Amino acid sequence: MANFFPRWSNWLPLKISICGTFIVCGLTAGTWYYITPKYTRVGYQPIQPVPFPHDLHVSQLGMDCRYCHSFVDVAAASNLPNTQTCMACHTQVQKDNPKLEPVRASWKTGQPIEWVQLHRTPDYVYYDHSAHVNRGISCANCHGPVNHMPVVYHAKPHSMAWCLECHRHPENFLRPETQITNLDWKPEQENVASFVAKYGQPADAKDDWSKKQKLTQREIGQTLKERWNIQPPLNCQGCHR
Amino acid sequence: MDGATTAPDVIEGEASASVERPLARVPLVLNKRNFSWITERISGVIEANAPRWWWVAFAITSMVAMFGLFCLGYQISTGVGTWGLNHPVGWAWDITNFVFWIGIGHAGTLISAILFLLRQKWRTSINRAAEAMTLFAVICAAIFPGVHVGRVWMAWYLAPLPNNYGIWPNFRSPLLWDVFAVSTYFSVSVLFWYTGLIPDLATLRDRATTKIKKFLYGIFAVGWRGSNRNWRHYEMAYLLLAGLSTPLVLSVHSVVSFDFATSIIPTWHTTIFPPYFVAGAIFGGFAMVLTLLIPARAIYKLQDIITPQHIDKMAKVILLTGSIVGYAYAMEFFVAWYSGNQYEKFAFYNRIFGPYWWYWWVGMLFCNTVSPQLFWFKRFRQNIYVVYFVCMCVNTGMWFERFIIIVGGLHRDFLPSSWGMFYPTWVDIWTFIGTFGIFTSLFLLFIRYLPMIAMSEVKIVLPEANPHHASPAEHHTVAAGGKERT
Repeated sequence: MANFFPRWSNWLPLKISICGTFIVCGLTAGTWYYITPKYTRVGYQPIQPVPFPHDLHVSQLGMDCRYCHSFVDVAAASNLPNTQTCMACHTQVQKDNPKLEPVRASWKTGQPIEWVQLHRTPDYVYYDHSAHVNRGISCANCHGPVNHMPVVYHAKPHSMAWCLECHRHPENFLRPETQITNLDWKPEQENVASFVAKYGQPADAKDDWSKKQKLTQREIGQTLKERWNIQPPLNCQGCHR
Repeated sequence: MDGATTAPDVIEGEASASVERPLARVPLVLNKRNFSWITERISGVIEANAPRWWWVAFAITSMVAMFGLFCLGYQISTGVGTWGLNHPVGWAWDITNFVFWIGIGHAGTLISAILFLLRQKWRTSINRAAEAMTLFAVICAAIFPGVHVGRVWMAWYLAPLPNNYGIWPNFRSPLLWDVFAVSTYFSVSVLFWYTGLIPDLATLRDRATTKIKKFLYGIFAVGWRGSNRNWRHYEMAYLLLAGLSTPLVLSVHSVVSFDFATSIIPTWHTTIFPPYFVAGAIFGGFAMVLTLLIPARAIYKLQDIITPQHIDKMAKVILLTGSIVGYAYAMEFFVAWYSGNQYEKFAFYNRIFGPYWWYWWVGMLFCNTVSPQLFWFKRFRQNIYVVYFVCMCVNTGMWFERFIIIVGGLHRDFLPSSWGMFYPTWVDIWTFIGTFGIFTSLFLLFIRYLPMIAMSEVKIVLPEANPHHASPAEHHTVAAGGKERT
């Protein structure tokens, strides 16, 4: 029987399998990196009708988040401020600033400003802001360092895996309820004596924590988790009701 | 010195083999067919033009298959509501068909793997076709669980892939074990079947006349030369794959039975399910092997290779597994009575006298339990019409059995207010008929393009393949000498 495959075809299976391995690995790695919300959402910074500088208002002027997002601790949805909230100050301050023209127009016409929504939770997810901010989850945990953003951007992926990261181990994120809107809070800044006096310490902690120099996030989180009996839902119906 | 001691043994063995022995085994290939006859006869099926009946049969089966696929498309695009499923019967024909088809596959694996390890030489005539049947049955089976989830595009959730949701499939669910069991089964079966095909593909390649055939058979024969090294590697690979497949014969249907056995439904929550299901699978599978091979051997004149002896042995397997199944049925009733559990007792009473009574009387009792008992008698095992009748009974009965288990368990809920019935829709019915179309179309393509009998393996069981076999001339003289002596 004559050869009907040329000699070079002996190498074909090896070549195909090597190329195939590279293509499959490349596609997997590419999908893994580029298709996830870590890539598609983080960094999203739409042009807003008014480039509201959170850094100026919060870090320099010392406004609290809840001055504008006034229902965040009592309602499921956090509200955007209405024009009247802006104009409470801006009838006096910067009243001729051309950047604020859309705000003044809205004030005159009564038409709300059309802010571009950044953080959009899908319809099939039940999310309650008040449940989180009243139990030790800061604005910064989900929205990033908004107090340092000249124009607000999407700082965290908001994927389900990201939600579960905290729902599975809330102790890595909890902070005292007085520090919720203090976006620059660091666990090591916490006054150990007053923290332990107020919240105690976990039942299985052996030594006396009030004698410590500083507390770690994990120690603070574990204390608060036990103190407040925090058991974030991990079943599907917890969020997909 | 070694040579001197072994040499007389060989001669002695040769002499005694050639003398006619009253207890000699019936040869596996009849009429003293030789190597070339086997090659010619089996390759000839593929090399000749397709006969007219093949085209007619293929046209019909492929049309049925297409309509089945249309039904699947309609079901996927419209929703599971096109099937008759509703409360309380949430599983009906879909899972019945799944268990039915996956069960059929088991005979192929048993023949190819377990009988290989047990050195049952008669398997060589039927293993190729039985393995092909396994693959096609698993393809038909896989359709149903894949589609019954409703949103098939979400079926990838079943695979344990790292994902954005940060969740895994529920590893504690037998439905997930099923996915692993069936996909492992399919991949190992494909590998096993293909490995066995390689020497035969090389034969077809060497005999091929057209360029495209040479190319295709050449590619799939992966450079087989029939060298000593080729054969050594091949036989080791085949042995290893047989070893891998052997536990699958038992595990796959055990896992399928866990879908039911781990639940709390009366008649499902039963510890005897794994062996009962495995026996039932082999039972139903052998019936399907015979259903396919009895016509195939008649049409292609393969009676010398698939002999009455083969049919007789398969009938015995059907008798054995059918009796195990019948015992399991009886034991279910005994346990229902002995447990004193009123729900269990009611469920089994309902099985015989409830709204689906005739499914039990016809399917489970007559088809599965009574009809194979005919095979106690050699006369019936040798009668091709009786064998075919029993096989058809078993094919039907095994589908009914699964229906009784699934729908029978569900339609009478714990609360009488939740009682209901199952009524199949035309989509249910035609999807099931469509899978028969898919199955038979694939089988017809298989006998058209691939050797339906493992040529190389059948040759190995011929007397010619025995190293001690004497050539015809020698044979003659020795035999004559033997006669003179007596």
